[in-house]
Amino acid sequence: MRRLPTGTFVLLLAVAWLAAALIGLVSGGARLGLGDLLQALGGRGDETARGIVWSVRLPRVALGFLVGGVLAVAGAALQALVRNPLADPYLLGLSGGSGLGAVLAIALGLESAWALPAAAFIGSLVAIAVVYRLALVAGSTLDSRILLLAGVVVGAFAGALVSGILAVAEATGVRSAMLWLMGGLGGVGWAGVAALAAYAAPGLAVLARESRALNLLSLGEEPARYLGTDVGRSKRRVYIAASLLTAAAVASSGIIGFVGLAVPHAVRILRGHDHRGLLPSAFVLGGAFLVVADAVARTVVAPIELPVGVITALVGVPLFAVLLRRSVRRAAA
Amino acid sequence: MSVQDRSAEDLATAAGGAPVPTDVFVLERATVRYPGASGPALEGASFRVRTGECVALVGPNGAGKTTALRALLGLTPLVSGRAEVLGRPSAGWAREALAREVGVVAQREEPVFPITVLEAVEMGRYAHAGPWRALDTRDRDAVARAMARADVAALEDRWVETLSGGEWQRVRVARALAQEPRALVLDEPTASLDLSHEMQLFELIADLVRHDRLAALIVSHHLNVAARFADRLVVVAGGRVVADAAPDVVLEAARMSEVFAWPVAVQRLGDGAVQLYPERQPLSSIPGEPTR
Repeated sequence: MRRLPTGTFVLLLAVAWLAAALIGLVSGGARLGLGDLLQALGGRGDETARGIVWSVRLPRVALGFLVGGVLAVAGAALQALVRNPLADPYLLGLSGGSGLGAVLAIALGLESAWALPAAAFIGSLVAIAVVYRLALVAGSTLDSRILLLAGVVVGAFAGALVSGILAVAEATGVRSAMLWLMGGLGGVGWAGVAALAAYAAPGLAVLARESRALNLLSLGEEPARYLGTDVGRSKRRVYIAASLLTAAAVASSGIIGFVGLAVPHAVRILRGHDHRGLLPSAFVLGGAFLVVADAVARTVVAPIELPVGVITALVGVPLFAVLLRRSVRRAAA
Repeated sequence: MSVQDRSAEDLATAAGGAPVPTDVFVLERATVRYPGASGPALEGASFRVRTGECVALVGPNGAGKTTALRALLGLTPLVSGRAEVLGRPSAGWAREALAREVGVVAQREEPVFPITVLEAVEMGRYAHAGPWRALDTRDRDAVARAMARADVAALEDRWVETLSGGEWQRVRVARALAQEPRALVLDEPTASLDLSHEMQLFELIADLVRHDRLAALIVSHHLNVAARFADRLVVVAGGRVVADAAPDVVLEAARMSEVFAWPVAVQRLGDGAVQLYPERQPLSSIPGEPTR
């Protein structure tokens, strides 16, 4: 298990990011060559092409980078916090809670790009509090396997409530809410990108500040405390920041699972587990991963567009299965 | 030793006298009661640990050793009495400040992600570097010194999950030393070690106490090893401190038989050390121990 040297790794991140941006910008219904694309980006060339690039594809790619990055960072932080490499905002019920909060807001007629994340944030905080309580019932010390189980159950419960709300809510808006919940980066535009960036920034800053504490927390709470971490404070901050990031991502683009599982895992293999480097790398790679997944979702059965969550699940679930088998085998050894 | 001010002891040493021991840990008439428990976990317990002194905390299971440790480290509130570290109430210390004075090797620790020995020891610098600052030369010197001191420098690039039990314990002592503390607390440090690794670890701690004048507080079930290395044994039973003196004074057959509810004999070795030998006795004759 040798790690990549820093230079090679940074180069890899840059290449992945640029390649993802290009793939994201050239794929779509209208056929645009590389030449048209570069002209449109430079503000020259055909007006239709400029319109497509500037108001459809660029915001979509920007949104993909942000959503993927934010979910990957939240996943990486949660993995250290609950000391389980299988953790992710989706599996811990945060995404489900966010979705429920946002759907409630839509049902109440609060549909702005700025109100939805706030409602989703409340939903995700409630979800993580319930998950935490459920996992504590089993004993005073937190068992991360039970935590994950509780997360899946709470996520399923939130999903059931969402179905119920959609069934009784007014017909208008319900269809769009359902489409949105399936997860997708389309039709958001620059306003959505700006709202996501504004909500995510404080969450990212908090997690960056706690990244050294996350290194210690992955040793266990007791050693972390003795090495100088205020464990209670760090845990609260990380839970709240991860909830905020998940809520912002879900509010802008629905529920997209497994980005927070797959991407941090890849970075951990390539570069190890120091969260000071892991979080920014996961942000870059998570963004690239989601932009490419979105391009695949748009083109693989064109003209039909698949929800991008289908693609991330196709990558994430087999990975989850492999990790699960490995951790069970490790526990048995 | 760090460049921080080291108060009375340094002043005395600088003035040319012998180092004056400083009280590092003080527990005085401390009582701890856990919510829902029938009786107190610790009742009026008093003992202290000074710099340059190795104290072993011994006693049967559930006697209150861990509670005493937690009270001293400010993790369990007292009902009455006081618990202090370096003259300040234990509960009043910020974790970061306490970690610069006291290194703790906890009983259990399982890193969930693979890390190298160097990364593990560098984590000892958290309390000095804080959340942002990158490790500087002072940090790296402290890490290198700690690794040399605990004899783990050659293991630097190894993954901790590949270490033997003895190596891993030495790495954790190195990490505690990287904190540049005045005191070490070790909770059952040799519970899973074989004879030679146990002796190596205790020799290391004894050396740190003698030469670096650290204070060491060790919780151990291994009475005889503790008796050979500790300056004092503090015996806890039923939440009370029932003895606190040099090992050859404390290890007295009648008292220890009562504390451990099992007949023991005591023998003095050639070098004066006192050792404890449990006697054989059929199970049915244990008084007050109902058969399950």
